[in-house]
Amino acid sequence: MPRDFKPKVVTANALLEGDVIYLTEDDSWTRELKQAEVITDEAVAQIRLLDASSRVAEAVGAYLADVIDTPDGPEPVHFREDFRRKGPSNHFHGKQAAGQ
Amino acid sequence: MSVIVTDTGFAPDDWTGGFAALDAEQTNAAALDMPSDTPESALSGAVLAAPMLRIAFPSSADGRGFTLARLLRLRGYTGRLRAQGHVIADQYAMARRSGFDEVEIDDALAARQPEDQWLFRANWQDHDYQNRLRG
Amino acid sequence: MYRYSDFDAAFVATRNRQFRAQVERRIDGSLTEDEFKPLRLMNGLYLQLHAYMLRVAVPYGTLSSAQMRQLAYIAERWDKGYGHFTTRQNIQYNWPTLGDVPDMLDALAEVQMHAIQTSGNTIRNVTADHFAGAAADEIADPRPVAELIRQWSTDHPEFQFMPRKFKIAITGSPNDRAVTRAHDIGLRMVEQDGARGFEVLVGGGLGRTPMIGKVITEFLPEADLLPYLEAIVSVWNLIGRRDNKYKARIKITVHEHGIDEIRRLVDARFAELRPAFGGVDQQMLAEFRAQFASPVLKSAPTDAYDTAYAKDPVFRSWADTNLTAHRDPDHAIVQISLKAHGATPGDASADQMRAMADLAEHYGHGELRVSHEQNIVLPHVHKSDLPQIHAILQQHTLATANIGLISDIIACPGMDYCALATARSIPIAQEIATRFDDLKLEHEIGDLKIKISGCINACGHHHVGHIGILGLDRAGVENYQITLGGDHTETAALGARTGPGFPAEEIVGAVETIVHTYLDIRESREETFIDTFRRTGMAPFKAALYPEKEAARNAA
Repeated sequence: MPRDFKPKVVTANALLEGDVIYLTEDDSWTRELKQAEVITDEAVAQIRLLDASSRVAEAVGAYLADVIDTPDGPEPVHFREDFRRKGPSNHFHGKQAAGQ
Repeated sequence: MSVIVTDTGFAPDDWTGGFAALDAEQTNAAALDMPSDTPESALSGAVLAAPMLRIAFPSSADGRGFTLARLLRLRGYTGRLRAQGHVIADQYAMARRSGFDEVEIDDALAARQPEDQWLFRANWQDHDYQNRLRG
Repeated sequence: MYRYSDFDAAFVATRNRQFRAQVERRIDGSLTEDEFKPLRLMNGLYLQLHAYMLRVAVPYGTLSSAQMRQLAYIAERWDKGYGHFTTRQNIQYNWPTLGDVPDMLDALAEVQMHAIQTSGNTIRNVTADHFAGAAADEIADPRPVAELIRQWSTDHPEFQFMPRKFKIAITGSPNDRAVTRAHDIGLRMVEQDGARGFEVLVGGGLGRTPMIGKVITEFLPEADLLPYLEAIVSVWNLIGRRDNKYKARIKITVHEHGIDEIRRLVDARFAELRPAFGGVDQQMLAEFRAQFASPVLKSAPTDAYDTAYAKDPVFRSWADTNLTAHRDPDHAIVQISLKAHGATPGDASADQMRAMADLAEHYGHGELRVSHEQNIVLPHVHKSDLPQIHAILQQHTLATANIGLISDIIACPGMDYCALATARSIPIAQEIATRFDDLKLEHEIGDLKIKISGCINACGHHHVGHIGILGLDRAGVENYQITLGGDHTETAALGARTGPGFPAEEIVGAVETIVHTYLDIRESREETFIDTFRRTGMAPFKAALYPEKEAARNAA
């Protein structure tokens, strides 16, 4: 029996801006975790990661991050991904300040 | 095929003598291939009499070849010295300053980093702190 | 202070043009990310958690007022209005985009600064005693030698793709304020039979396998310095391990081969390299010495200082903690704390940078220093100017009187910024400082150095903190290990672990327990934390931190 596969998103940093990006279903990049494609199949995850990694002019360091799939969209599992989604805790900078 | 890079740009390889492995039976006439993990103790004897030495760069992050080249020159090697493999245009000045005469790259790298990117560093004798400190 | 020669200026301008082209070539595909990464790192550019980060060198920690003003300008023009001073006398900008960086480097070059070799597997920014040239206890100013090493190591063709990074620190004083024993090479200026030279330490370092440096030579004549440094790095470049990045630093090479074998190899290499140095380097060193000549110190009464010290308790408290003896008794070395309670250790806003630049210009011969303890230093201040300086510092939230106290915490950026971090450092430092400020205990506690790292790489020097805190990821939760008894000075020592770590919500309480234990068991107010620890050992602290274990042991 295959072991349970935890849902994933493909994430990286943008080459030009350096900020955190996530791969969407339509092969674009989003700055919002909530808009990321949630992948629930391991084989698909590996293919999507290969796709993302080949986009060397757009993204750096693509990898798969665990998420919890909720009705409101994906939520991070690990605290590192929570910081990447929001920004630092000592200054109100980064994504948490976007749109302010 | 491969491309030979010098201060004047790209050229085909004009060395027709072939290369023997460093650990092969050595004669003074043979050009030698040296891996990047060659110990400094090997830079002696018949090696210093070879007409051509070719030091491998398996990865552009492996900088051992620069120190090997420098030691060869310090020990009196006057033959042709070539850096071969994954050397990028940005390392051309380092290679020349360390004592290499030329760099050998494959066609794919030559296509990705064309001649103008190497010629941009052909002025390797300028802006050189080492030369200034040792004069 | 050192002024760029035409050669230096042309070198930096050329280097900046090369980097601008490298950025373009990364974008157009000529360079792969694997090829570009070492090139950007050797120009100080990281890709961190949220953004790129540019690390700018402050060579041997010395800055002019004009340079500090330009750092403020860069913070406002391309960043978010602040910069972060680090434990290796650098300043970091946390929010540039890739396209901004070539312009930032050009702006730095305008004031004779750069970001070269602040990262990568290169010889890094050479650090020095932040009181150099001002301290009362110094043999000689180490900065001319540090400048010579800067020039020798910059763009050294053999040493740009080494097994790992390589750090050199130098001190001219027997009281080691440059942490020389925790560097790949530590240089301590010494005199032998009237001749100047260096005791050379090799193989120190913190990180995953912390080690105190070993003496490779007790006396190296000054003129032999560059070929000897080159011999050490040359030997290591060939035999240092490249199969495992955690075993690549020279401390592991020294450990595996033994200091005697390394000394033999270095001596042999030195004999080969020495003839190439014909003495021009020593002529250059003499010229550098002239450039670092002491400013002309003024002679004036110190009544204003004496009066303020007698009448103003706030000024007196600041003077007691933040001033250090200058070699001239009418002058003082001023430390400006970047550790206001609750602030991020080492951060300065553009406004604060300008205020410090102005103070240095008006009262301090236009000179500032960055300390590895993440504070700013005005090295030459006449005592009569101190009350006015203090008043201006107060207006800019820069008058915190806590140098050397428990809230003067070293902290790395941790997981708030760093891609390598396993836990946060900054909020822990903020909470500890705030807590002890609320308790109004820090002057009672006295000299106590807390150092916090957010991962095993130990940028926050936790191994050599009196109290060291290491942030780890334990099964997806931030967890903090404590070490006690570390020492960063000439009596360097690595701290010992207390036992199991503490979750984030318990770490401040654990530090409080340690401090209360110290206050309970110290023999007098004069016995500092580190002295008490050395007298009693770990036992009383362990018993206080882990009472259940203690109870179980007593029951058994």
